[in-house]
Amino acid sequence: MAQLYFEQLLNGIQLGMFLFLVSSGLTLIFGFMNVINLAHGSLFMIGAYAIAFLHGVTNSFLLALILSLPVVAIFAWVIEVVIISRLYTRDHLDQVLATFALILFINEGTTMLFGRTPMFLDVPPLLSGMISIFGVVSYPLYRIAIIVAGLAVAFVLWIIIAKTRLGMLIRAGTTNRETVEQLGVNINQLNTIIFVAGAMFAGFAGMLAGPLTSVEVGMGENLLILCFVCIVIGGIGSIRGALLGAITVGVVDTMGRAFVPDLLGKFLEPTAASGISAGLSSMSIYLLMVVVLVVKPTGLFPVVKSH
Amino acid sequence: MRYTQHTRFLIVCLVILILLPWFFQTIESSYLVSTFTRLVIFAIAAVSLDLLIGYTGLVSFGHAAFLGVGAYTVGILSFHAYEETTFLGLPGTLSGLVSIPLAIVLSALVALIIGALSLRTKGVYFIMITLSFGQMLFFLFVSLEQYGGDDGMMMFDGRNTLPGFNLNDRVEFYYFCLTWFVLFFWFSTRLVRSKFGRTLAAIRQNEDRLSSIGINEYWAKLQIFVIAGIGAGLAGALSANHTEFISPDITHWTRSGDLMIVVILGGMGTLIGPVLGTFLFLLLEEFLPLILHSLGLNLLSEHWRFVFGPILILMVLYAKFGLYGLIFRQRS
Repeated sequence: MAQLYFEQLLNGIQLGMFLFLVSSGLTLIFGFMNVINLAHGSLFMIGAYAIAFLHGVTNSFLLALILSLPVVAIFAWVIEVVIISRLYTRDHLDQVLATFALILFINEGTTMLFGRTPMFLDVPPLLSGMISIFGVVSYPLYRIAIIVAGLAVAFVLWIIIAKTRLGMLIRAGTTNRETVEQLGVNINQLNTIIFVAGAMFAGFAGMLAGPLTSVEVGMGENLLILCFVCIVIGGIGSIRGALLGAITVGVVDTMGRAFVPDLLGKFLEPTAASGISAGLSSMSIYLLMVVVLVVKPTGLFPVVKSH
Repeated sequence: MRYTQHTRFLIVCLVILILLPWFFQTIESSYLVSTFTRLVIFAIAAVSLDLLIGYTGLVSFGHAAFLGVGAYTVGILSFHAYEETTFLGLPGTLSGLVSIPLAIVLSALVALIIGALSLRTKGVYFIMITLSFGQMLFFLFVSLEQYGGDDGMMMFDGRNTLPGFNLNDRVEFYYFCLTWFVLFFWFSTRLVRSKFGRTLAAIRQNEDRLSSIGINEYWAKLQIFVIAGIGAGLAGALSANHTEFISPDITHWTRSGDLMIVVILGGMGTLIGPVLGTFLFLLLEEFLPLILHSLGLNLLSEHWRFVFGPILILMVLYAKFGLYGLIFRQRS
């Protein structure tokens, strides 16, 4: 039983890493530019499609991964310059609608290019084995690699934000954008850099997810809504909050799916239990979010804005 | 000036809507009555969302949840009437005198709970928490395996019954829905022109000022949230009757997105706008593929969203007052 718990915990953390990679960009973009980008999940999907397609061409996972990153970056750059940059001064409603429309466009375009049949990608041979952890459980190496990659990105992000000049500007801009602008910083350039960087994290998550899920249209949106839950729980604009929120949501969701059916099975008859528990475990993270927001209406690590 | 222009426009529209079934019969395409029934039903939901977004400034991204509550109330009652089983000890029923009022009461109740919790938050947090409640209800309906789970359920006994009427008749059902629409639209118009309506406008413009003159804005927001929930619940109940099929799809978050689109596309804060938006959106959905097809753009006719997305983005960026603005061009 302990083994099972441990394995599910790892699964939860691994899901949390995906959520973190996507949420970190989302929260940066919101924190810095005050833009809600519903199409952020589409960048996750574009990453997954890019690697699936390029893997078919190059036959090498690593090469496809390296080539996919600039693909996502270019996409993101175009989206930022053409549409998102016009939304900075608009209210949230316009942002939600325009990026919702962008989802329709990107999804339909992807369907036109790749069809409705999902694409599949193999786990790279180098990472395809199992690894024994503390001699207790054996766990797929690829999933461990994802956790490591996620933590590495979190670490790099922390270094950038806490230690570099760019990070300093980001922190300053998140707290008070006008002042940074007044100080002669090229804010448009900074916007583009942050948007493209955030998009590349999301795209990178999509590339890593390629071998684990079927690559299909709509894969981004399901994850996106989970990511909103993560950043709202963590406090919008905060990277630390996004990491904490992502791991919490990942673990709660995974554990819920694994153990709620057993738990309910003790009280209800099996058929009823299986039906209700499926719903309950899908609802668990939303319940969590509602509880957090009712107790702390601006999330656990709110970023203080000054105007 | 604007008032009379509005009234004239509304009367013309109403006359057209009343005469439509007769017109469709003469051109022998009475199936179009069904299309317009759908338009009228979703216009109710759009108007109710406009009360929140346009008049109060509350961007609710989970409005489809109430469509679901209304639809499932009708569906579950019909299911138990067909199976001759009970729900929590109560029998099912097909009677529209029971199921439609019950759908209204239940959606009000759900809106009261969701509103009471969500309205504690503001701005983007409000958008997200309403989205989450929408998702919660979506997954709740998915998990109702007795009622078809993911796949949904059919109303095997047909539409609700109403003494003196035959709702299974296409035209009678159209007039039934049109009546509800006119009632809700009229009620909303009265509401936004009342003192309460001015309170809502004040909330939209400046919340803090209100509490300083002694108006409880939380309570006012909760009231309008419940009223809007009732509108959407009613639309859900009618929609279930219309299609005789209920599935979790009706609460999918993209449905909430669609509703927001029609409100903005039509022109928010105008009540007429969202109705026009609904008509344009649903008619585009139905006919844009055909139009593109007849232009020889076959690839695009299957993927009409590829065209619709950019149109929408342009409208958001450049047409601030939507369709309403195009028709009632404001002269300064």
